[in-house]
Amino acid sequence: MPTPGSPDCPLEVAIVGSGPSGFYAAEALLRSDKSVRVCMLERLPVPYGLVRSGVAPDHPKLKSSALVYDRIARSENFRFFGNVCVGRDIRVSDLREAHHAVIFAYGASRDRRLGIPGEELSGVHSATQFVGWYNGHPDFRDIRFDLSGESAAIIGQGNVALDVARILTKSVDDLRHTDISAHALDALSESRVREVHIFGRRGPVQAKFTSQELAEFGKIDGLGTIVDPDDLALRPACRIEIEDQTNRNYAKNISLLHQFSQARTGDHRRRLYFHFFRNPASLHGKTRLETVRFNKTRLSGEPFHQVTEDIGETLEFPCQILFRSVGYRGAPLEDLPFDRRSATLAHVDGRLCGAGNHPEYGLYATGWIKRGPSGVIGTNRADSVASVETLLSDLDKLPQHVKPGAEALEAKLKAQRKTAVSFKRWDRIDLAERARGQSAGKPREKFTSIEDMLDACGLSDQAAGA
Amino acid sequence: MTAVVTDNCEGCRFTECVTVCPVACFHAGEEMLYVDAEGCIDCCACVAVCPVQAIYMDGDLPSELSHWLDINRERSAELPVITEQSEPRPTAAAKRSRLGF
Repeated sequence: MPTPGSPDCPLEVAIVGSGPSGFYAAEALLRSDKSVRVCMLERLPVPYGLVRSGVAPDHPKLKSSALVYDRIARSENFRFFGNVCVGRDIRVSDLREAHHAVIFAYGASRDRRLGIPGEELSGVHSATQFVGWYNGHPDFRDIRFDLSGESAAIIGQGNVALDVARILTKSVDDLRHTDISAHALDALSESRVREVHIFGRRGPVQAKFTSQELAEFGKIDGLGTIVDPDDLALRPACRIEIEDQTNRNYAKNISLLHQFSQARTGDHRRRLYFHFFRNPASLHGKTRLETVRFNKTRLSGEPFHQVTEDIGETLEFPCQILFRSVGYRGAPLEDLPFDRRSATLAHVDGRLCGAGNHPEYGLYATGWIKRGPSGVIGTNRADSVASVETLLSDLDKLPQHVKPGAEALEAKLKAQRKTAVSFKRWDRIDLAERARGQSAGKPREKFTSIEDMLDACGLSDQAAGA
Repeated sequence: MTAVVTDNCEGCRFTECVTVCPVACFHAGEEMLYVDAEGCIDCCACVAVCPVQAIYMDGDLPSELSHWLDINRERSAELPVITEQSEPRPTAAAKRSRLGF
Protein backbone atom coordinates (compact mmCIF):
# COMPACT_ATOMS: atom_id res chain seq x y z
CA MET A 1 0.00 0.00 0.00
CA PRO A 2 1.47 3.33 -0.98
CA THR A 3 2.42 5.67 1.84
CA PRO A 4 1.42 9.26 1.13
CA GLY A 5 4.46 11.32 0.25
CA SER A 6 5.90 8.87 -2.23
CA PRO A 7 6.00 9.80 -5.93
CA ASP A 8 3.15 7.40 -6.82
CA CYS A 9 1.05 8.72 -3.95
CA PRO A 10 1.71 12.42 -3.41
CA LEU A 11 0.78 13.76 0.03
CA GLU A 12 -2.28 15.94 -0.53
CA VAL A 13 -2.63 18.67 2.12
CA ALA A 14 -5.29 21.34 2.46
CA ILE A 15 -4.31 24.49 4.36
CA VAL A 16 -7.14 26.62 5.69
CA GLY A 17 -6.01 30.26 5.78
CA SER A 18 -3.54 32.25 3.71
CA GLY A 19 -1.75 34.32 6.32
CA PRO A 20 1.89 33.88 7.35
CA SER A 21 1.36 30.64 9.27
CA GLY A 22 -0.42 29.02 6.34
CA PHE A 23 2.30 30.01 3.92
CA TYR A 24 5.12 28.88 6.21
CA ALA A 25 3.35 25.53 6.53
CA ALA A 26 3.15 25.29 2.73
CA GLU A 27 6.83 26.20 2.54
CA ALA A 28 7.83 23.53 5.04
CA LEU A 29 5.80 20.89 3.18
CA LEU A 30 7.15 21.82 -0.26
CA ARG A 31 10.71 21.92 1.10
CA SER A 32 10.47 18.45 2.60
CA ASP A 33 11.83 15.43 0.79
CA LYS A 34 8.29 14.12 0.24
CA SER A 35 6.15 14.38 -2.85
CA VAL A 36 3.53 16.93 -1.77
CA ARG A 37 0.63 18.89 -3.25
CA VAL A 38 -0.85 21.80 -1.34
CA CYS A 39 -4.25 23.45 -1.69
CA MET A 40 -4.60 26.70 0.24
CA LEU A 41 -8.13 27.92 0.94
CA GLU A 42 -8.87 31.51 1.90
CA ARG A 43 -12.24 32.98 2.83
CA LEU A 44 -11.50 36.32 1.14
CA PRO A 45 -10.71 36.67 -2.55
CA VAL A 46 -7.31 38.06 -1.50
CA PRO A 47 -4.46 36.34 0.36
CA TYR A 48 -1.98 37.15 3.15
CA GLY A 49 -4.22 37.55 6.17
CA LEU A 50 -2.98 40.11 8.68
CA VAL A 51 0.03 41.02 6.57
CA ARG A 52 -2.52 42.66 4.28
CA SER A 53 -5.14 43.72 6.78
CA GLY A 54 -3.34 43.94 10.13
CA VAL A 55 0.10 45.45 9.57
CA ALA A 56 -0.25 49.23 9.75
CA PRO A 57 -0.12 51.20 6.47
CA ASP A 58 2.86 53.20 7.73
CA HIS A 59 4.88 49.99 8.22
CA PRO A 60 5.28 49.06 4.55
CA LYS A 61 8.51 47.16 5.10
CA LEU A 62 6.75 44.57 7.25
CA LYS A 63 4.33 43.94 4.40
CA SER A 64 7.17 42.85 2.15
CA SER A 65 7.16 39.50 3.91
CA ALA A 66 4.40 38.85 1.35
CA LEU A 67 7.10 38.60 -1.31
CA VAL A 68 8.13 35.33 0.30
CA TYR A 69 4.52 34.09 0.23
CA ASP A 70 4.17 35.13 -3.39
CA ARG A 71 7.17 32.97 -4.28
CA ILE A 72 5.74 29.99 -2.38
CA ALA A 73 2.35 30.44 -4.06
CA ARG A 74 3.93 30.15 -7.51
CA SER A 75 5.43 26.74 -6.71
CA GLU A 76 4.40 23.97 -9.01
CA ASN A 77 2.59 21.93 -6.40
CA PHE A 78 0.65 24.77 -4.84
CA ARG A 79 -2.92 25.84 -5.67
CA PHE A 80 -4.71 28.85 -4.20
CA PHE A 81 -8.47 28.76 -3.71
CA GLY A 82 -9.62 32.28 -2.79
CA ASN A 83 -13.19 33.27 -1.91
CA VAL A 84 -13.85 29.81 -0.49
CA CYS A 85 -15.09 29.76 3.08
CA VAL A 86 -14.49 26.53 4.97
CA GLY A 87 -17.59 25.92 7.01
CA ARG A 88 -19.84 27.62 4.47
CA ASP A 89 -18.80 26.75 0.88
CA ILE A 90 -17.00 23.57 1.78
CA ARG A 91 -16.96 21.45 4.91
CA VAL A 92 -14.03 20.05 6.86
CA SER A 93 -15.28 16.59 5.91
CA ASP A 94 -15.01 17.54 2.21
CA LEU A 95 -11.40 18.59 2.80
CA ARG A 96 -10.61 15.30 4.56
CA GLU A 97 -12.22 13.32 1.76
CA ALA A 98 -10.07 15.05 -0.84
CA HIS A 99 -6.78 15.24 1.10
CA HIS A 100 -4.59 13.14 3.38
CA ALA A 101 -4.31 15.94 5.89
CA VAL A 102 -5.72 19.37 6.72
CA ILE A 103 -3.79 22.15 8.44
CA PHE A 104 -5.87 24.86 10.10
CA ALA A 105 -4.16 28.24 9.89
CA TYR A 106 -7.13 30.54 10.03
CA GLY A 107 -5.87 32.82 12.76
CA ALA A 108 -7.82 34.69 15.41
CA SER A 109 -10.27 37.17 13.96
CA ARG A 110 -12.39 37.95 16.98
CA ASP A 111 -11.41 40.36 19.73
CA ARG A 112 -11.23 39.95 23.47
CA ARG A 113 -13.80 41.98 25.34
CA LEU A 114 -13.14 43.92 28.52
CA GLY A 115 -16.18 42.28 30.11
CA ILE A 116 -17.26 45.46 31.90
CA PRO A 117 -20.60 47.29 32.05
CA GLY A 118 -21.22 49.78 29.26
CA GLU A 119 -19.20 47.96 26.65
CA GLU A 120 -22.17 48.03 24.26
CA LEU A 121 -22.34 51.85 24.25
CA SER A 122 -21.94 53.65 20.97
CA GLY A 123 -18.38 54.95 20.72
CA VAL A 124 -16.84 51.79 22.18
CA HIS A 125 -14.86 49.80 19.61
CA SER A 126 -12.22 47.16 19.35
CA ALA A 127 -8.80 47.83 17.89
CA THR A 128 -9.50 44.84 15.63
CA GLN A 129 -12.35 46.76 14.02
CA PHE A 130 -10.38 49.99 13.65
CA VAL A 131 -7.36 48.25 12.17
CA GLY A 132 -9.54 46.26 9.77
CA TRP A 133 -11.35 49.47 8.81
CA TYR A 134 -8.31 51.57 7.99
CA ASN A 135 -6.75 48.62 6.21
CA GLY A 136 -9.79 48.16 3.98
CA HIS A 137 -10.90 44.72 5.20
CA PRO A 138 -14.38 44.03 3.74
CA ASP A 139 -15.74 42.93 7.13
CA PHE A 140 -15.05 46.37 8.69
CA ARG A 141 -15.51 48.73 5.77
CA ASP A 142 -18.84 50.11 6.90
CA ILE A 143 -18.13 50.76 10.55
CA ARG A 144 -18.53 54.38 11.56
CA PHE A 145 -15.99 55.84 13.98
CA ASP A 146 -17.05 59.12 15.51
CA LEU A 147 -13.85 61.15 15.62
CA SER A 148 -15.56 64.44 16.48
CA GLY A 149 -14.63 64.39 20.16
CA GLU A 150 -11.37 65.72 21.55
CA SER A 151 -10.31 62.70 23.55
CA ALA A 152 -9.78 59.09 22.54
CA ALA A 153 -8.90 56.26 24.91
CA ILE A 154 -7.09 53.06 24.05
CA ILE A 155 -7.18 50.23 26.58
CA GLY A 156 -4.16 47.93 26.32
CA GLN A 157 -0.43 48.35 25.87
CA GLY A 158 0.69 46.12 23.05
CA ASN A 159 1.83 46.94 19.53
CA VAL A 160 -1.73 46.96 18.22
CA ALA A 161 -2.61 49.71 20.73
CA LEU A 162 0.38 51.68 19.40
CA ASP A 163 -0.80 51.17 15.81
CA VAL A 164 -4.19 52.64 16.72
CA ALA A 165 -2.51 55.54 18.53
CA ARG A 166 -0.24 56.26 15.60
CA ILE A 167 -3.02 56.35 13.06
CA LEU A 168 -5.01 58.67 15.35
CA THR A 169 -2.09 61.04 15.98
CA LYS A 170 -0.26 61.19 12.67
CA SER A 171 -1.19 63.96 10.30
CA VAL A 172 -3.14 63.03 7.20
CA ASP A 173 -0.18 64.21 5.13
CA ASP A 174 1.96 61.55 6.79
CA LEU A 175 -0.56 58.87 5.84
CA ARG A 176 -1.60 60.11 2.43
CA HIS A 177 0.94 58.10 0.46
CA THR A 178 0.53 54.81 2.27
CA ASP A 179 -1.91 52.04 1.39
CA ILE A 180 -4.37 53.20 4.04
CA SER A 181 -7.88 52.98 2.63
CA ALA A 182 -9.34 56.13 1.09
CA HIS A 183 -12.47 56.05 3.25
CA ALA A 184 -10.28 56.02 6.36
CA LEU A 185 -8.10 58.85 5.10
CA ASP A 186 -11.24 60.89 4.49
CA ALA A 187 -12.60 60.22 7.97
CA LEU A 188 -9.22 60.92 9.60
CA SER A 189 -8.90 64.22 7.77
CA GLU A 190 -12.09 65.31 9.58
CA SER A 191 -10.87 64.00 12.92
CA ARG A 192 -11.10 66.44 15.83
CA VAL A 193 -9.29 64.07 18.17
CA ARG A 194 -6.52 66.06 19.85
CA GLU A 195 -5.60 63.82 22.78
CA VAL A 196 -5.03 60.10 22.67
CA HIS A 197 -4.71 58.27 25.98
CA ILE A 198 -3.26 54.76 26.22
CA PHE A 199 -4.20 53.00 29.44
CA GLY A 200 -2.48 49.95 30.93
CA ARG A 201 -3.66 47.91 33.86
CA ARG A 202 -0.12 47.38 35.12
CA GLY A 203 3.13 49.32 35.21
CA PRO A 204 5.46 50.54 32.47
CA VAL A 205 7.74 47.51 32.80
CA GLN A 206 4.85 45.17 32.04
CA ALA A 207 3.75 46.98 28.89
CA LYS A 208 4.00 44.55 25.99
CA PHE A 209 4.89 46.91 23.16
CA THR A 210 8.26 46.54 21.48
CA SER A 211 10.70 49.39 21.84
CA GLN A 212 11.02 49.84 18.10
CA GLU A 213 7.33 50.70 17.85
CA LEU A 214 7.39 52.87 20.99
CA ALA A 215 10.35 54.88 19.68
CA GLU A 216 8.34 55.96 16.63
CA PHE A 217 6.26 58.32 18.76
CA GLY A 218 9.29 60.45 19.46
CA LYS A 219 9.48 61.24 15.77
CA ILE A 220 5.95 62.17 14.83
CA ASP A 221 5.64 65.72 13.58
CA GLY A 222 3.66 67.96 15.91
CA LEU A 223 3.03 65.25 18.52
CA GLY A 224 3.72 65.73 22.23
CA THR A 225 4.18 62.62 24.35
CA ILE A 226 3.29 62.74 28.05
CA VAL A 227 4.24 60.28 30.77
CA ASP A 228 3.85 60.94 34.49
CA PRO A 229 7.35 60.57 36.01
CA ASP A 230 5.79 59.09 39.15
CA ASP A 231 4.72 56.09 37.11
CA LEU A 232 8.37 55.51 36.24
CA ALA A 233 9.47 55.16 39.88
CA LEU A 234 9.88 51.40 39.79
CA ARG A 235 9.38 49.06 42.69
CA PRO A 236 12.34 46.68 43.29
CA ALA A 237 10.60 43.72 41.62
CA CYS A 238 10.14 45.77 38.45
CA ARG A 239 13.77 46.88 38.54
CA ILE A 240 14.84 43.25 38.66
CA GLU A 241 12.56 42.50 35.73
CA ILE A 242 14.20 45.11 33.52
CA GLU A 243 17.64 43.93 34.45
CA ASP A 244 16.81 40.57 32.90
CA GLN A 245 19.47 40.13 30.26
CA THR A 246 17.49 37.62 28.22
CA ASN A 247 15.10 40.34 27.05
CA ARG A 248 16.34 43.88 26.53
CA ASN A 249 12.97 45.14 25.29
CA TYR A 250 11.55 46.23 28.64
CA ALA A 251 14.63 48.17 29.73
CA LYS A 252 14.58 49.98 26.41
CA ASN A 253 10.87 50.77 26.84
CA ILE A 254 11.56 52.35 30.24
CA SER A 255 14.37 54.43 28.80
CA LEU A 256 12.06 55.69 26.02
CA LEU A 257 9.25 56.44 28.47
CA HIS A 258 11.73 58.45 30.55
CA GLN A 259 12.57 60.49 27.48
CA PHE A 260 8.87 61.07 26.86
CA SER A 261 8.32 62.14 30.48
CA GLN A 262 11.13 64.70 30.21
CA ALA A 263 10.03 66.11 26.86
CA ARG A 264 9.14 69.76 26.74
CA THR A 265 5.39 70.31 26.88
CA GLY A 266 5.15 72.81 24.07
CA ASP A 267 2.56 73.82 21.60
CA HIS A 268 1.70 70.53 19.99
CA ARG A 269 -0.96 69.81 17.46
CA ARG A 270 -1.82 66.55 19.23
CA ARG A 271 -0.84 64.84 22.47
CA LEU A 272 -0.33 61.21 23.36
CA TYR A 273 -0.56 60.19 27.03
CA PHE A 274 0.65 56.93 28.52
CA HIS A 275 -1.23 56.03 31.70
CA PHE A 276 -0.32 53.14 33.94
CA PHE A 277 -1.99 51.34 36.84
CA ARG A 278 -5.46 51.98 35.44
CA ASN A 279 -7.96 49.12 35.25
CA PRO A 280 -11.18 50.01 33.34
CA ALA A 281 -14.14 49.19 35.57
CA SER A 282 -17.16 50.53 33.68
CA LEU A 283 -18.18 52.71 30.75
CA HIS A 284 -20.83 55.41 31.08
CA GLY A 285 -22.96 57.66 28.92
CA LYS A 286 -26.58 58.41 28.05
CA THR A 287 -26.78 57.45 24.40
CA ARG A 288 -23.08 57.19 23.73
CA LEU A 289 -19.78 56.95 25.60
CA GLU A 290 -19.06 59.93 27.82
CA THR A 291 -16.92 58.68 30.71
CA VAL A 292 -14.66 55.76 31.57
CA ARG A 293 -14.38 54.78 35.23
CA PHE A 294 -11.00 53.33 36.13
CA ASN A 295 -9.86 51.50 39.23
CA LYS A 296 -6.35 52.50 40.26
CA THR A 297 -4.07 49.51 40.70
CA ARG A 298 -0.71 48.57 42.13
CA LEU A 299 1.64 45.64 41.73
CA SER A 300 2.74 43.29 44.44
CA GLY A 301 4.71 40.08 44.61
CA GLU A 302 7.99 38.69 43.35
CA PRO A 303 9.75 39.59 40.08
CA PHE A 304 8.20 37.81 37.08
CA HIS A 305 5.27 36.71 39.26
CA GLN A 306 3.81 40.06 40.20
CA VAL A 307 0.05 40.44 40.55
CA THR A 308 -2.15 43.46 40.03
CA GLU A 309 -4.61 44.58 42.65
CA ASP A 310 -7.15 47.41 42.79
CA ILE A 311 -6.25 49.83 45.56
CA GLY A 312 -9.83 50.98 46.17
CA GLU A 313 -9.58 54.33 44.39
CA THR A 314 -11.35 55.20 41.19
CA LEU A 315 -11.11 57.99 38.69
CA GLU A 316 -13.53 59.22 36.03
CA PHE A 317 -12.10 59.93 32.62
CA PRO A 318 -14.20 61.85 30.10
CA CYS A 319 -13.86 60.65 26.54
CA GLN A 320 -15.96 60.17 23.46
CA ILE A 321 -14.37 57.21 21.77
CA LEU A 322 -12.63 54.15 23.18
CA PHE A 323 -10.73 51.30 21.57
CA ARG A 324 -10.14 48.11 23.49
CA SER A 325 -6.92 46.50 22.43
CA VAL A 326 -6.56 43.59 24.80
CA GLY A 327 -5.99 40.82 22.33
CA TYR A 328 -7.46 39.01 19.38
CA ARG A 329 -9.43 35.82 19.98
CA GLY A 330 -9.87 32.65 17.95
CA ALA A 331 -13.20 31.18 16.87
CA PRO A 332 -14.23 27.52 16.72
CA LEU A 333 -14.75 25.86 13.34
CA GLU A 334 -17.48 23.26 12.87
CA ASP A 335 -16.92 20.59 15.51
CA LEU A 336 -13.13 20.67 15.60
CA PRO A 337 -11.79 20.18 19.14
CA PHE A 338 -11.63 23.65 20.65
CA ASP A 339 -10.16 24.94 23.91
CA ARG A 340 -12.64 27.59 25.00
CA ARG A 341 -10.39 29.09 27.66
CA SER A 342 -7.60 29.98 25.26
CA ALA A 343 -9.90 30.15 22.20
CA THR A 344 -7.54 27.88 20.26
CA LEU A 345 -7.88 24.50 18.60
CA ALA A 346 -7.03 21.73 21.06
CA HIS A 347 -3.77 20.14 19.97
CA VAL A 348 -0.60 18.36 20.98
CA ASP A 349 2.49 19.47 19.04
CA GLY A 350 0.21 20.82 16.34
CA ARG A 351 -1.86 17.64 15.89
CA LEU A 352 -5.49 18.24 16.89
CA CYS A 353 -6.67 16.14 19.76
CA GLY A 354 -10.22 15.42 20.84
CA ALA A 355 -11.81 14.62 24.16
CA GLY A 356 -9.72 12.37 26.38
CA ASN A 357 -6.54 13.37 24.50
CA HIS A 358 -7.60 11.34 21.49
CA PRO A 359 -5.17 12.17 18.65
CA GLU A 360 -6.84 13.28 15.42
CA TYR A 361 -4.35 12.04 12.83
CA GLY A 362 -4.79 14.06 9.69
CA LEU A 363 -5.88 17.28 11.39
CA TYR A 364 -3.30 19.91 12.35
CA ALA A 365 -3.08 23.52 13.43
CA THR A 366 -0.55 26.31 13.12
CA GLY A 367 -0.31 30.02 13.85
CA TRP A 368 -2.61 31.96 16.12
CA ILE A 369 -5.43 29.41 16.09
CA LYS A 370 -2.87 26.95 17.51
CA ARG A 371 -0.86 28.94 20.01
CA GLY A 372 -3.03 31.98 20.63
CA PRO A 373 -2.70 35.52 19.27
CA SER A 374 0.89 36.27 20.23
CA GLY A 375 4.21 36.89 18.55
CA VAL A 376 5.21 38.66 15.37
CA ILE A 377 5.06 37.60 11.71
CA GLY A 378 8.23 35.51 11.90
CA THR A 379 7.13 33.66 15.05
CA ASN A 380 4.80 31.71 12.80
CA ARG A 381 7.63 30.29 10.78
CA ALA A 382 9.09 28.14 13.54
CA ASP A 383 5.57 27.27 14.65
CA SER A 384 4.57 26.04 11.19
CA VAL A 385 7.80 24.11 10.76
CA ALA A 386 6.98 22.28 14.01
CA SER A 387 3.39 21.47 12.97
CA VAL A 388 4.56 20.16 9.61
CA GLU A 389 7.15 18.01 11.37
CA THR A 390 4.36 16.45 13.38
CA LEU A 391 2.31 15.90 10.23
CA LEU A 392 5.24 14.27 8.44
CA SER A 393 5.80 11.96 11.40
CA ASP A 394 2.19 10.76 11.00
CA LEU A 395 2.42 9.59 7.37
CA ASP A 396 1.80 5.94 8.17
CA LYS A 397 -1.32 6.90 10.13
CA LEU A 398 -2.89 8.87 7.27
CA PRO A 399 -5.11 7.20 4.62
CA GLN A 400 -2.79 4.85 2.73
CA HIS A 401 -4.12 5.48 -0.75
CA VAL A 402 -4.11 8.16 -3.42
CA LYS A 403 -6.26 11.22 -2.73
CA PRO A 404 -7.69 13.49 -5.43
CA GLY A 405 -6.74 16.85 -3.82
CA ALA A 406 -7.37 19.93 -5.96
CA GLU A 407 -9.41 18.09 -8.59
CA ALA A 408 -11.96 17.01 -5.98
CA LEU A 409 -12.13 20.51 -4.49
CA GLU A 410 -12.80 21.99 -7.91
CA ALA A 411 -15.51 19.44 -8.65
CA LYS A 412 -17.16 20.14 -5.30
CA LEU A 413 -17.10 23.90 -5.96
CA LYS A 414 -18.28 23.50 -9.54
CA ALA A 415 -21.30 21.55 -8.34
CA GLN A 416 -22.27 24.68 -6.39
CA ARG A 417 -21.52 26.87 -9.43
CA LYS A 418 -18.61 28.32 -7.51
CA THR A 419 -15.31 29.36 -9.05
CA ALA A 420 -12.50 29.99 -6.62
CA VAL A 421 -10.12 32.91 -7.08
CA SER A 422 -6.90 31.36 -8.38
CA PHE A 423 -3.54 32.95 -7.68
CA LYS A 424 -3.50 34.26 -11.24
CA ARG A 425 -6.81 36.00 -10.59
CA TRP A 426 -5.33 37.47 -7.40
CA ASP A 427 -2.57 38.86 -9.65
CA ARG A 428 -5.30 40.71 -11.55
CA ILE A 429 -6.79 42.11 -8.34
CA ASP A 430 -3.29 43.08 -7.19
CA LEU A 431 -2.52 44.85 -10.45
CA ALA A 432 -5.82 46.71 -10.37
CA GLU A 433 -5.24 47.86 -6.78
CA ARG A 434 -1.76 49.10 -7.59
CA ALA A 435 -3.02 50.93 -10.68
CA ARG A 436 -5.75 52.63 -8.62
CA GLY A 437 -3.18 53.71 -6.06
CA GLN A 438 -0.79 55.16 -8.58
CA SER A 439 -2.74 58.32 -9.38
CA ALA A 440 -2.99 59.10 -5.66
CA GLY A 441 0.70 58.39 -5.06
CA LYS A 442 -0.11 55.31 -2.99
CA PRO A 443 1.37 51.82 -3.34
CA ARG A 444 -2.18 50.56 -3.86
CA GLU A 445 -5.79 51.49 -3.32
CA LYS A 446 -7.35 48.36 -1.90
CA PHE A 447 -10.74 47.11 -2.92
CA THR A 448 -12.83 47.09 0.22
CA SER A 449 -15.71 44.88 -0.82
CA ILE A 450 -15.72 41.27 -1.93
CA GLU A 451 -17.86 42.25 -4.90
CA ASP A 452 -15.24 44.73 -6.12
CA MET A 453 -12.45 42.19 -5.67
CA LEU A 454 -14.34 39.59 -7.70
CA ASP A 455 -15.23 42.14 -10.33
CA ALA A 456 -11.58 43.10 -10.73
CA CYS A 457 -10.59 39.54 -11.58
CA GLY A 458 -13.46 38.68 -13.91
CA LEU A 459 -15.61 36.78 -11.44
CA SER A 460 -18.53 39.20 -10.99
CA ASP A 461 -20.94 36.31 -11.41
CA GLN A 462 -19.54 34.87 -8.18
CA ALA A 463 -20.57 37.90 -6.16
CA ALA A 464 -24.24 37.06 -5.68
CA GLY A 465 -24.75 35.74 -2.20
CA ALA A 466 -21.13 36.42 -1.26
CA MET B 1 16.70 49.96 9.61
CA THR B 2 17.96 46.40 10.01
CA ALA B 3 18.82 43.76 12.56
CA VAL B 4 22.54 43.37 13.29
CA VAL B 5 24.26 40.25 14.64
CA THR B 6 27.07 41.09 17.07
CA ASP B 7 29.92 39.32 18.84
CA ASN B 8 27.92 37.10 21.22
CA CYS B 9 27.07 35.00 18.16
CA GLU B 10 30.71 34.28 17.42
CA GLY B 11 31.48 30.73 18.51
CA CYS B 12 27.81 30.07 19.32
CA ARG B 13 25.79 30.19 16.08
CA PHE B 14 22.65 28.80 17.71
CA THR B 15 20.53 29.63 14.59
CA GLU B 16 17.31 30.14 16.58
CA CYS B 17 17.05 33.43 14.66
CA VAL B 18 16.91 31.57 11.35
CA THR B 19 13.81 29.67 12.42
CA VAL B 20 11.79 32.85 12.92
CA CYS B 21 13.05 35.05 10.13
CA PRO B 22 10.08 35.68 7.83
CA VAL B 23 12.30 36.67 4.90
CA ALA B 24 15.31 34.33 5.17
CA CYS B 25 17.87 37.12 5.34
CA PHE B 26 20.49 35.40 7.48
CA HIS B 27 23.82 34.44 5.94
CA ALA B 28 26.06 31.83 7.49
CA GLY B 29 29.75 31.99 8.24
CA GLU B 30 31.49 29.17 10.05
CA GLU B 31 31.50 30.79 13.48
CA MET B 32 28.56 33.16 13.30
CA LEU B 33 25.65 34.51 11.24
CA TYR B 34 25.08 37.87 9.59
CA VAL B 35 21.97 39.76 8.52
CA ASP B 36 21.54 41.11 5.02
CA ALA B 37 20.31 44.66 5.66
CA GLU B 38 18.56 44.88 2.29
CA GLY B 39 16.38 41.86 2.99
CA CYS B 40 15.63 42.61 6.64
CA ILE B 41 12.09 43.91 7.21
CA ASP B 42 12.63 45.08 10.81
CA CYS B 43 10.14 42.65 12.26
CA CYS B 44 12.42 42.12 15.30
CA ALA B 45 11.47 38.45 15.64
CA CYS B 46 15.12 37.39 15.79
CA VAL B 47 16.09 39.79 18.57
CA ALA B 48 13.95 38.06 21.16
CA VAL B 49 14.85 34.45 20.33
CA CYS B 50 18.66 34.59 20.39
CA PRO B 51 19.81 32.55 23.42
CA VAL B 52 22.77 34.91 23.91
CA GLN B 53 21.08 38.19 22.91
CA ALA B 54 23.53 38.73 20.07
CA ILE B 55 21.13 40.65 17.85
CA TYR B 56 20.29 44.36 17.99
CA MET B 57 18.10 46.49 15.80
CA ASP B 58 20.55 49.03 14.33
CA GLY B 59 18.85 51.91 16.13
CA ASP B 60 19.69 50.24 19.46
CA LEU B 61 23.31 49.31 18.78
CA PRO B 62 25.50 50.43 21.69
CA SER B 63 28.42 52.54 20.43
CA GLU B 64 31.00 49.84 21.22
CA LEU B 65 29.14 47.46 18.87
CA SER B 66 28.43 49.94 16.05
CA HIS B 67 31.14 48.46 13.82
CA TRP B 68 29.02 45.29 13.47
CA LEU B 69 26.66 47.13 11.11
CA ASP B 70 29.32 47.25 8.39
CA ILE B 71 30.60 43.76 9.19
CA ASN B 72 27.09 42.34 8.70
CA ARG B 73 26.75 44.16 5.41
CA GLU B 74 30.12 42.96 4.10
CA ARG B 75 29.95 39.38 5.28
CA SER B 76 26.34 38.75 4.24
CA ALA B 77 27.29 39.82 0.72
CA GLU B 78 29.92 37.05 0.57
CA LEU B 79 28.21 34.21 2.41
CA PRO B 80 25.32 31.87 1.54
CA VAL B 81 21.80 32.24 2.95
CA ILE B 82 20.83 29.87 5.74
CA THR B 83 17.17 28.91 6.03
CA GLU B 84 17.13 26.06 8.49
CA GLN B 85 18.28 25.54 12.01
CA SER B 86 21.64 23.81 12.37
CA GLU B 87 23.89 22.54 15.16
CA PRO B 88 25.51 25.27 17.23
CA ARG B 89 29.31 25.48 17.38
CA PRO B 90 31.06 23.13 19.85
CA THR B 91 31.99 26.19 21.94
CA ALA B 92 28.38 27.43 22.16
CA ALA B 93 27.32 25.97 25.50
CA ALA B 94 30.43 27.17 27.30
CA LYS B 95 30.21 30.67 25.83
CA ARG B 96 26.54 30.94 26.67
CA SER B 97 27.28 30.00 30.25
CA ARG B 98 30.24 32.39 30.45
CA LEU B 99 28.04 35.24 29.20
CA GLY B 100 25.59 34.50 31.99
CA PHE B 101 22.63 33.33 29.91
